[in-house]
Amino acid sequence: MKQLLKKLSEAYGPSGREEQVGRIIRDELESCVDEIYTDSTGNLYAVKKGTGAKIMVAAHMDEIGVIVTFIEEKGFLRFSNVGGVNPYVLLGQRMIFPNGTIGTVGMEKLEDIKKLTLEKLYIDIGAKDKEEAASKVKIGDVATYYRELGEAGNRFIGKAMDNRAGCAVLIKALQEMSKTDNEIYAVFTAQEEVGLRGSRTASYRLNPDLGLAVDVTLVGDTPEAPTMDVSLGKGPAIKVKDASVICHPKVKEMLEKLADKENIPYQLEVLVAGGTDAGAIHLSRDGVPSGVISIPCRYVHTPGEMVDQDDMLNAVRLLTAFLVQPLNMQEIFPCYLS
Amino acid sequence: MLLKRLTEAYGVSGDEGDIRHILKEELSSSAEEVYTDALGNLFFRKGKGRSAKVMLAAHMDEVGLIVVGFEKSGLLRAHKVGSIDDRVLVSKPVVVGKNKVPGVIGAKAVHLQKPSERKKAIDIDNLYIDLGVRSQDEAEKLVNLGDYVALSTKTREAGENCLIGKAFDDRVGCFLLAELFKEDFALDVTVVFTVQEEIGLRGSGAAAYSVHPDMAIVVEGTSASDVVGTKEAAHATTLGGGPAITLMDASYIAPQKTIDLFVQTAEKLGIPYQFRRSTTSGTDAGKISQTHSGILTGLVSVPCRYIHSPASIVNLDDVQNTLRLLKGVLNVIAEGGISIEAATEKVK
Repeated sequence: MKQLLKKLSEAYGPSGREEQVGRIIRDELESCVDEIYTDSTGNLYAVKKGTGAKIMVAAHMDEIGVIVTFIEEKGFLRFSNVGGVNPYVLLGQRMIFPNGTIGTVGMEKLEDIKKLTLEKLYIDIGAKDKEEAASKVKIGDVATYYRELGEAGNRFIGKAMDNRAGCAVLIKALQEMSKTDNEIYAVFTAQEEVGLRGSRTASYRLNPDLGLAVDVTLVGDTPEAPTMDVSLGKGPAIKVKDASVICHPKVKEMLEKLADKENIPYQLEVLVAGGTDAGAIHLSRDGVPSGVISIPCRYVHTPGEMVDQDDMLNAVRLLTAFLVQPLNMQEIFPCYLS
Repeated sequence: MLLKRLTEAYGVSGDEGDIRHILKEELSSSAEEVYTDALGNLFFRKGKGRSAKVMLAAHMDEVGLIVVGFEKSGLLRAHKVGSIDDRVLVSKPVVVGKNKVPGVIGAKAVHLQKPSERKKAIDIDNLYIDLGVRSQDEAEKLVNLGDYVALSTKTREAGENCLIGKAFDDRVGCFLLAELFKEDFALDVTVVFTVQEEIGLRGSGAAAYSVHPDMAIVVEGTSASDVVGTKEAAHATTLGGGPAITLMDASYIAPQKTIDLFVQTAEKLGIPYQFRRSTTSGTDAGKISQTHSGILTGLVSVPCRYIHSPASIVNLDDVQNTLRLLKGVLNVIAEGGISIEAATEKVK
């Protein structure tokens, strides 16, 4: 798990520019799936053919970043956010562009740190003037945090655990799962961080019987944290609801029963703010019963996102058990098919 | 001049009939099919059956106001339709309703305001529309509750090949698509003039769903803020700097493929271009690209100063250069210069 997560986490893949992550995933999965392809939104599909229920399981590949909007005479780069970027978190970070150019985020002189906004920040890529800067970075290029994966006890610290941790879990599940009749469409989605955009077009394309998302979720187990009954290390979370989806009660119940049966530790998750791909999937076409397996994650959208290895391994077990179980859609979702 | 005619016409979101009428008159003879849909989107198609199906979209609607009440004095209360800065409203001439009843947006005169009132913009709740009548009865004879209120500006030529007028967002896009549609490309082209963009991209999604093209291009009027008090980094676009290619906005991230298509075509044809250096606000490109299984969509805009106000400025060189770029791009697509395979692709 560590090697895979390291590769995925350190790869460059902000919303709309997910190709590098897609290539890593393709190399991992090519030998164990029947088809692999992409679409115009940037989603990557890995398909295991079958004759049974058609399951779409989504994990988004994209991470947050910053997009260059202007290059100053002295070579400093001005930028805007791609997804939810906090200026206080950004200050002092090292950033990397797809061609390997790195820079550090600096700040204009401010009378009051409370007035910090993205407009007051810039990226310094060590260029002596505009010409040198423009030879390395163009307007529209996107930078992400530049961080290696670190290990802290049984936990991993790194950038883009949201949601490369989910990608890693989905990859492992596909590699390790036993034979099943179900037709599995693993979709490594694009542009989740800017509004669940990849999963919207992917679920329209696939029109699945059932949808599942694998994503990270917030926790409430740190000092003075907002109230939330999810902790790191207590197992994958089965989502009840967030701001984008109320999970289908049957899907939630199926996940709970499977976890009980297989002796997999789990927690229930109610996330007050924030959404995930299931939000777009469950509203696709005439509606898709959908659920979410979440990996608890501390410090989301910072370069020091932290996940627990056992949570990830248990998420793989739960996901695998879910994907291989025989599913009689008519029996499970009578109202859905009537 | 078509652009002048389009910008002087009134078409607040939900009330695009006059614009539809002008465009039908202008383009029906060039089209194989002309139709509208339940939302009011207007479609022109030609080259049906050719291999690549391309949808071109520009929105017909403009920002404005809507009548929500009458005062006993005959003054009208109104709400905004779309996003308008309160500060541009006071003392502007308007027309109200189907009969284009003239009026003005009024407020207390400066010598009657308290010093504290003078320091802040008067919001729409404290503004009213004055039709020059003396009672509610007289006002109700002229206009109805729910009538649209449009800013009223004659379009004039100015300075170095510029126009001053209203609603360049997005009548300049309508104008460009009308000019394009009069020519023939080796493509199955559907031009869609969409409705209700300014109040939440409401027309374009349904239009893209019904056309279901292989690829779409959206043409917009966008902010140019290259003026006093704005740092160069916040200019977004520069008037006279050529067509502005969007990389990302609040609704849409441009695929590298369409960015390359615009840039390479502009460079090949020697057309000046710029990138839109801001990521705020949404466009029809957001909705269209998210329709069906995802539609490859490009977005190019004409820079426009003082957008969403009764007096904005466009540069006609920018307009002509955008037209040249669009022609070039359609020819490249017709020659197969971009892979627009709607289905699935191998991972490269």
